Amino acid sequence: MLYNEPSPLETRILSRRFGLPDSASIDTYLRTDGYKAFLKASGMTPEQIIEELKISNLRGRGGAGFPTGMKWSFVPRQSPKPKYIVVNADESEPGTCKDRVLMEYDPHQLIEGCLIAGLAVDAHKGWIYIRGEYRYLIEVMDKALAEAYEKGWLGKNIQGTGFDFDLYTHTGAGAYECGEESALLESLEGKRGVPRIRPPFPAVVGAFQCPTVLNNVETFCAVPPIILNGGKAFADLGVPKAGGTKLTCLTGHVNRPGVYELRLGFPVMQMIEEVGGGMRNGKKLKAFIPGGSSCPLLNAAECEGATMDYDSMAARKSMLGSGGVVVMDEDTCMVKAALRIMRFYAHESCGWCIPCREGTTWLRKILIRFHEGGGVRSDIDLMADISKNMLGRTFCPLGDAAALPTISIVEKFREEFEDHLNGKPCPFEHAGQMVMA
Amino acid sequence: MTFSPELEARFEKLLRTYPPGRERGAMIPMLMYAQDEVGSVSQELIEEVARRVGVTPLQVQEVISYYSMLHPTPMGKYHVQICTNISCLLWDGDKLWEQACKKLGIGHKEVTPDGRISLEEVECIGACSWAPAIQVNYDFHHFVTPEQLDRLLDSLGKKQ
Repeated sequence: MLYNEPSPLETRILSRRFGLPDSASIDTYLRTDGYKAFLKASGMTPEQIIEELKISNLRGRGGAGFPTGMKWSFVPRQSPKPKYIVVNADESEPGTCKDRVLMEYDPHQLIEGCLIAGLAVDAHKGWIYIRGEYRYLIEVMDKALAEAYEKGWLGKNIQGTGFDFDLYTHTGAGAYECGEESALLESLEGKRGVPRIRPPFPAVVGAFQCPTVLNNVETFCAVPPIILNGGKAFADLGVPKAGGTKLTCLTGHVNRPGVYELRLGFPVMQMIEEVGGGMRNGKKLKAFIPGGSSCPLLNAAECEGATMDYDSMAARKSMLGSGGVVVMDEDTCMVKAALRIMRFYAHESCGWCIPCREGTTWLRKILIRFHEGGGVRSDIDLMADISKNMLGRTFCPLGDAAALPTISIVEKFREEFEDHLNGKPCPFEHAGQMVMA
Repeated sequence: MTFSPELEARFEKLLRTYPPGRERGAMIPMLMYAQDEVGSVSQELIEEVARRVGVTPLQVQEVISYYSMLHPTPMGKYHVQICTNISCLLWDGDKLWEQACKKLGIGHKEVTPDGRISLEEVECIGACSWAPAIQVNYDFHHFVTPEQLDRLLDSLGKKQ
C-alpha cells in the first residue's frame, strides 16, 4: 500500500512501478523492463554511457544538483586502484522522504542504476549507505540483493556479459552530517562522520581512498530509464538545463501532503493548489521551503510565477535542494520555525569547524530567548550577522545550510521578530511554547 | 562475548564486505546490529567489536559518541521516538511530544521505571509527507493523532 494517493498531475518515470502488486520483487521488475537498461549499457562503451547521461541533463538529486554525467567523467578509469560505487541513502534533510519510497517500492531500479554506474567507471563493488532509522529498508534492500544474486544480476559474469559486480548494504547510526558525501565516506570506513577537505573529490579519492562514484538514491534510480529510453527523452521532460522529473515531498500545511513525481519546472502554485489539494483549512500561504530546511525560504509573493527547477529557485536566491517542500500557512510563527530549524543544525553540527559549531549554538540560544519573549532589538541584526559570518567558512555545507534559512527568515519576516520584542508573547495562538529537550 | 548464530553469520558476512585490511568499515553496522540484540553498547561490546575489526577499544569509543542511535545504556523495551522537526512541527508533532512526556512522566532519553518504554525527541526521521510521525523501535507510525498516541502508549505498557 502506498503512503499517499498518487496525483494525476504526476509524470511517473522513476515511480512507475509504485503500486504494482509486489512491486519490490525481482519478478515484477523483470516483467516491467527491469535490467534491460543494464543489458543495453553492457553493449555500450563507458564513454557512450556517460554521454547519454550528459544528454539527459540529469543533475544530482541529493541537493547539490551537480551534473551527473560530468561527475562520473571525473573518475580516472585508467587508475590501477579499484573503483567503487557508493549510494547515499542517508536521507536526513528535514522535509525529505523520497529515497525511502524509491527503495521500498522499487529496490531493483536502484541496483540496476549501480550496475550501470559500475560499467561506466569500471567499478566492481559498491555500498548502499542507508540511514540507521531506515532499518526496514536494509531488509528490503538485502532481500532484493539476494534475489539479484540468485537470478544472476549481481556477482560474477552477470548474464554472460563478463562483468562482475558486488553490492552491499551498510547501516548508518544516526547522524545528519553523514549525508554529506565526504562525511559519509568517513562513516563508511568506520570513523566519526566529519567532512574531508576537498580537493581531492571522491571521484578521485573516495571510499577507502579509491576513486568513487557517490550519488543520491534518486540519481541512481534515474539512470536505467535514461539508458533505456535515451537521454533526450529524459531531458525533454524537464527544463533546458535540467532534465527529467523530481520526486517531490510535499509537506506541511497542504490538504494532501505526499511524495509526488513531477516534471522539473512544475509551477509552485499549481503544485500547492492542485497536487497538494490547496492550503489546509483554506488558510493563506505565508512561507515556502523548496527543497529541505537548508534552503532559503520564499515568501508568498515570491512563489507566484516560481517553478520547481534549479534556475527558477536560483533566480529567487534559493535552491531546488532535495525535493523536501515545506509549506507554511499564515498562522505559522516564523520565529518558532527559525528556532526549530536552528535547533536541528546545532544538534547535527559535527563540531569539526568552529564557525558552524559555535555559530549554530549561539543562534539557537538567541532564538530560544527571542521566542520566549526575552529578545532585544539588536538580536535581529546580530542573528543575520552571525549567519553571514558562517557562510563559506566551513569544510562542508552544514554551516551554510544553517545560515541560509536563518538569513532569509530574518530578512523576509523581520516584522515578526519585532512583534516578539519587549516580552510581548508570541502573537500566534497556535504557536505555543516549545519544549526544549 | 557470544551472540546468536544469526548475528554471528551477519558479522561474518559484514567483515567480508569491506576491502582487505579495511574491516574497520564493519564497525558501525556491527555495533548497531549487536545493540539490537544485547540492548546497549556496553563496555564489553565495545571491546568485542574492537577486537573483531582490529582497532583499540578507544577507537570504538570515539566513534560511538558521535552517533545518536548508539546508546551506552539500555533504552526501554519500546523506544518511542517522536519527531518534532519542521514538517512534523507543522502538524503538531511538538504537542505529541509534550503529551507523551506528561503521560509517562519521563523526558528525553529517559526510561519508565519498569524499563518498558523510553522516549526520545528525534530529528527528522524521513516521514515528512505523512506527518506527524513517530518510530517505535524501527517501526514507523504515520499521521499520528493524539488519541492514537494515547492508545499506543497504553498498549506498549501492557504488551508482552
